[in-house]
Amino acid sequence: MLTDLYVFADSPVHRARPVVKIAALVVLCTSLFVCEGWTAVTVAGVLVFTGFALAGLGPRHAIVSVRPALWILAAIFAVQLYMTDVVFAGFIVARFVVLILAAALVTLTTRTSEFVDGILSALRFAPAWVPKAQIALAVSLFLRFVPLVRTALDDVREAQRARGLDRNIKAILVPLVVRILKTADEVSQAIYARSFD
Amino acid sequence: MIAFTDVSVEKNGVAILGGITLHLRERRVGIIGRNGSGKSTFARLFNGIEKPTSGRVALDAPHEREALRRHVGFVFQNPDNQIVYPIVSEDLAFGLKNLKLSARETQARIEAVLERFGLTHLRDRFTHQLSGGEKQMIALAGVLVMRPRMIVMDEPTTLLDLWNKRKFMAAIDALDEHVVLVSHDLDLLADFDRVLHIEDGTIVADGDPATVVAGYVASTRC
Repeated sequence: MLTDLYVFADSPVHRARPVVKIAALVVLCTSLFVCEGWTAVTVAGVLVFTGFALAGLGPRHAIVSVRPALWILAAIFAVQLYMTDVVFAGFIVARFVVLILAAALVTLTTRTSEFVDGILSALRFAPAWVPKAQIALAVSLFLRFVPLVRTALDDVREAQRARGLDRNIKAILVPLVVRILKTADEVSQAIYARSFD
Repeated sequence: MIAFTDVSVEKNGVAILGGITLHLRERRVGIIGRNGSGKSTFARLFNGIEKPTSGRVALDAPHEREALRRHVGFVFQNPDNQIVYPIVSEDLAFGLKNLKLSARETQARIEAVLERFGLTHLRDRFTHQLSGGEKQMIALAGVLVMRPRMIVMDEPTTLLDLWNKRKFMAAIDALDEHVVLVSHDLDLLADFDRVLHIEDGTIVADGDPATVVAGYVASTRC
């Protein structure tokens, strides 16, 4: 699960300021698209794997991070193979793998609260009308509620299966959306109750 | 402690609560009533989650809505809807950050509240991996860490098994803070100082637990 990604440790990468990690991620991702070719991908790959090693993360963490995207990567490879050739298809997929691993390195080594602080820090010079705290909270809520929505989906699907409606999209979506909206309502009350403005 | 003066709440033109006037000073107050009677709306008035359509809710002397929110904590029925951050210590820090406390004070309060309830081992756990009882204790800790004077709880034991319910109530019993508990579990209110019975948006009975609960039970016989 997304929120299971953080790995508790005390490495230089864990200790690095979140805003630095986010900025490094943005620079790396942009560079990978600006500097075309295998050299850029290789250099980026080496940097990311060095980051993994410094953070004390092993191949298992890398595999777990990439695994959810395997189907999409396979589809991209197939399309590129059909449109171009195997080398270019391989290059596109390798670039995406490096991007995913770089993003994973940030999430594996950054707590949500640090991530939120990093976003707030990055938005420090944004105009006053930008709702900085709200943006940061929205990110943390997204991470927190992914497993909750998944649990709700499982509950609704199970309930509809008992009625023989587990293949009926409408029968699953309607109660799921209603439940999520009711949850959102109570979550906003809870956030207000805990003195968030 | 807290005073309600002719408080009414309407939603979409429908009266939810009407003309409630009372003063609560007791340390333990229970609220009972049937589903849809207005209990939860009433409970949400205590810390300003719900605004009265008319009338006024005030803590001791006249206070603004912000003071209510600052001094009255709220525990919801479902802790999943109350826990905001994925890691326990981060969630406990959420309310304290909103109070603009220093990092040192925040950390000290988190350690103290975890220690108080024997939850220190949960500090670095992912909140979605906790059991229902652990989540409810963390939700309570998340409120207590802000050091409110009063805690309002809306059916906090409904989703708990017997063991966790007893553990949770033992924690409640040990609190120094004023507690207002909305509950369908009438046994939990036996030792309370005062119980309010709400029906159709009004308080129909107000007194000691034995009398009010007996009246409520009699009124619900089919």
